[in-house]
Amino acid sequence: MSESDWLALKVTLELSGVTTLVLLVLGTPLAWWLARSRSRFAVVAESIVALPLVLPPTVLGFYMLVLLGPKGLVGSTLEAMGLHHLAFTFPGLVVASTLYSLPFMTQPLKDAFNAVGNRMIEAAATLRAGPWDRFFTVAVPMARRGFLTAITLTFAHTVGEFGVVLMVGGNIPDQTRVLSIAIYDHAEAMEYASAHILAGGLLAASFLMLVTVYALNRRYMTVHL
Amino acid sequence: MSIEARFKLDFSGFNLDVDLTLPGRGITALFGHSGSGKTTLLRCLAGLERAPDGYLALDGKVWQQGSLFVPTHHRSLGYVFQEASLFPHLNVRRNLEYGMSRIADGARRVSLDSAIELLGIGHLLERMPDRLSGGERSRVAIARALAVSPRILLMDEPLAALDLARKQEILPYLERLHDELEIPVVYVSHSPDEVARLADTMVLMEGGKIVASGPIHEMLTRLDLPLAHGDEAGVVIDTIVGEHDETYHLTRLDFAGGSIIVARQPHALEHRMRLRIHARDVSLALERHVDSSILNILPAKVLEIADETPAHVVVRLNAGGVPLLARITRKSSALLGLKPGMAVFAQVKSVALLE
Repeated sequence: MSESDWLALKVTLELSGVTTLVLLVLGTPLAWWLARSRSRFAVVAESIVALPLVLPPTVLGFYMLVLLGPKGLVGSTLEAMGLHHLAFTFPGLVVASTLYSLPFMTQPLKDAFNAVGNRMIEAAATLRAGPWDRFFTVAVPMARRGFLTAITLTFAHTVGEFGVVLMVGGNIPDQTRVLSIAIYDHAEAMEYASAHILAGGLLAASFLMLVTVYALNRRYMTVHL
Repeated sequence: MSIEARFKLDFSGFNLDVDLTLPGRGITALFGHSGSGKTTLLRCLAGLERAPDGYLALDGKVWQQGSLFVPTHHRSLGYVFQEASLFPHLNVRRNLEYGMSRIADGARRVSLDSAIELLGIGHLLERMPDRLSGGERSRVAIARALAVSPRILLMDEPLAALDLARKQEILPYLERLHDELEIPVVYVSHSPDEVARLADTMVLMEGGKIVASGPIHEMLTRLDLPLAHGDEAGVVIDTIVGEHDETYHLTRLDFAGGSIIVARQPHALEHRMRLRIHARDVSLALERHVDSSILNILPAKVLEIADETPAHVVVRLNAGGVPLLARITRKSSALLGLKPGMAVFAQVKSVALLE
């Protein structure tokens, strides 16, 4: 593997790691709200959250580029504050990836929170646990399978990003050049041997990750039956 | 101590409209068909449901009034759900400790050990909930609710999910609860047997409203209520073991108005026993028959006679301060010339011991 490929791997892991962390923090309360809200607005919110599942990544990437760029709402605001706009930067990639992978975090968590059920939460309330206490001592532990699935899917999905990254991040080594783009470059340049190494590696890593998750989930399941 | 509650709640197709004062001791049964609003009322008491403009005070401490609404986790209550609702990720011990560890040390009046002992679950502490039988799960759930030393214990048909054998397993523990703890219990049930066995006070509900409420002895014998009619109608009498007769292997159970003789009981003298006498098992005579095989004959006074079926009447009696019901044929009633105020002898053919 060339040095630029190693850099691409580093950027990929950083991007996926940071995105997963950000989504864990933002997606968990969102999923909790989606699972428990009876408001009509929740249906709209749920659809918005699911949009990245059906939208072509280039569409999302395009709007993000416009929004985060120097003329966009977010980019120009940052510039006005004396900061740099986010187009073609790593933070810009994190923002775009967060949106793009959002449903992979919220869907499994929402299902898991739904499965916890209102009664368990009420039982905790009758046992003197306040709202935060109930969430962290009952909902989260009971939803741990959902967390495992959500974290793995989010991470793996971010690793596999291509269209959004290409639109928002460009292809700057050590900043925004990720593995999927490196593979594309290798294939374009007819360097199939290098492309094979990266593609094969990603395939193997993704497979291993899923095997681990399903194995763990299966173990939890047998413990619970 | 007493509990005052006023709730009005409008759901689509269902209204709850109650205003009641419950005694602050003993077991109060909320009794009625499913859909009568028992569980909703219980949830309002717990703060799991919020009735706008409701009022709730427990021994003068206000839990709900106007815009004041003390959230469930700040109310000193124990709640037992229809399903045990144990936390599946915690073992029995940690389920029990969950609530207990969240109350102030000074508020602990029920120790964990006494809750464990009372419900007989000492051998289950290290098990996960999915390794418990249905009956064991219910007992753990009751102990868990008790371990928070609540000022009131709310139970929503804790036996409904159990089969008859499991019910029989739990009932003695509930009776111990009743006898040994000072905590008032509000108990939702649609089972006349459970209510007869456990309750001191009864609230009869229908269509979200309270039809009647009062001491169980009165409620079961009020001829204007459905409870005093039908095959299962009868009274409950609280007695204590008065004497054992070893010759004939019998036990005499005493109560205010007299005594009842039953087969030899294994309990010590002075032990409290509740018994149930069905109206269908009581016949009436104008004189005390000495030439009868019936041992239990109680002098009583006729209070009221009500039509039951075209062929039957129900007679409400006062047996030395204890109410009694007799279901006899209309013909017998006419032949004896029964009317209110008459002195009669109630012949009790059989007695159901509830403990």
